[in-house]
Amino acid sequence: MITTRGRRPVSPTVWIFGPVAATLLASLLLAIPLRIAGLSLPEPVFALAPAFAWAIVRPSVWPPFALAVLGVSLDLLWGTPVGFWALCLLVAYAFLFFARRSLAGQDVWFLWAAYGAACGAAFGLGFLLTWMRTSQAPSLIGVGLQFAVTVALFPFAWKLVERYESADTRF
Amino acid sequence: MSLRDLGDIKPPIAWLAAGSLIAVMAGALLLVFAGHKASGDLRRDADEAAGSAGGLLAAPVRAGSGAFGAVSDYIAAGAQNRHLRSDLAAALSWRDETLTLRAENARLRALVGVRTVPPLPMIAADTVLDSRGPFSNSRLVDAGADQGVAEGNPVLSDHGLVGRITGVSADVSRVLLLTDVDSRTPVMIARTNGRAILTGDGGPNPALSFLRTHDAPQAGDRVLTSGDGGVLPRGLAVGSVVKEADGVWRVALDSDAEPIDFVRILLFRDFSQVSGGGDLTPSQPPSTATDTPEAPPLAAAANVATGAEAKPKASGP
Repeated sequence: MITTRGRRPVSPTVWIFGPVAATLLASLLLAIPLRIAGLSLPEPVFALAPAFAWAIVRPSVWPPFALAVLGVSLDLLWGTPVGFWALCLLVAYAFLFFARRSLAGQDVWFLWAAYGAACGAAFGLGFLLTWMRTSQAPSLIGVGLQFAVTVALFPFAWKLVERYESADTRF
Repeated sequence: MSLRDLGDIKPPIAWLAAGSLIAVMAGALLLVFAGHKASGDLRRDADEAAGSAGGLLAAPVRAGSGAFGAVSDYIAAGAQNRHLRSDLAAALSWRDETLTLRAENARLRALVGVRTVPPLPMIAADTVLDSRGPFSNSRLVDAGADQGVAEGNPVLSDHGLVGRITGVSADVSRVLLLTDVDSRTPVMIARTNGRAILTGDGGPNPALSFLRTHDAPQAGDRVLTSGDGGVLPRGLAVGSVVKEADGVWRVALDSDAEPIDFVRILLFRDFSQVSGGGDLTPSQPPSTATDTPEAPPLAAAANVATGAEAKPKASGP
């Protein structure tokens, strides 16, 4: 039987809305047309960091809805078809959600690899959806670059996990 | 089991979570495959909001871009100097050729009476947000329907074509870049007059698809808009042909030479603007009014039409 005794309760504001707001703000900031020494800012998919943390820390009803809202917001910000990023984020979340038992107790490097695999699932689906919709395969170099900068965000995802790992998020 | 007992049943959280996940995924699938048309208003409102936020965020960046530019120029001064020396040497030889061609051109124009293309109206705009991912390459610029911008208008930088307008709200427009995976632009190779469709794939150099030309393209060939289909005016600079490692002919875009933070939107609707609207549309369209019909001819015509006169009504057998 699961017991919540001794666990610090966390409100949905902190556990769901906090990461959503931070993700949207970070995405908006990195969308500024700024070039430094001729190079554009990277465009990682920040939303995959909370998707990882929400799936790993504890199953809950709300993260899929939060990811759908995040995905639609990213679609509206970046100009992709509405629902595109929502579906990609949910696929990554589903991958981690159903693999969370085998991820329990593993060390950080293994979890980083699992996060990379989830990102791969999201980008793979994005690649396929775009190919199907436009009959044109997106540039593999472009996909690889965005995948790499997104995987590099794992420390942020891990920070979220460490912060709320022992918290009670069953609101 | 009573209803009260049913209320006491608490399914495992994991089941509920999995159920919500599957339900939301089904909703997202529906959105992806059926929600494109319904999302037009939502996207316009979102562009307006994102454009306002982006304008606020980009303002300090724009103010500080001079400092960034100075630092970048200082770092790249040596390389720039070498480039400028070689460019100057090339430019001097081109200058003499250009003067000769200009004189010849003026003589030929006088001979055939070619009219210059009338300048199209255009407005300037700043980029406020920028999407650079492999699945979307678009920008929000701070000019919209209130400034006369319409969907389909070509967007240029100082160096060449950047893309075209795909979404317009009151004060903000979305520019679909030539590199976007959705972008298809009819172009021509200036040297061979060959035609192709410039196809974006999210990478920096869009590919030349459906290439139709007698002579094979060569690296460095100039690429211009062809005007085919009437989507864009003919002759806008696009870039130069390059062949990449994958063996596909691609185009190195002229607009990549500088940051596209400042663009010009060409208020191009169709070719009637280019040719001079007066030539194509009559100044006084013919009247749609007709003469007042007179009764007898109309009655006669009605009889003919119904066959009353020609074929008397048949009586009994």
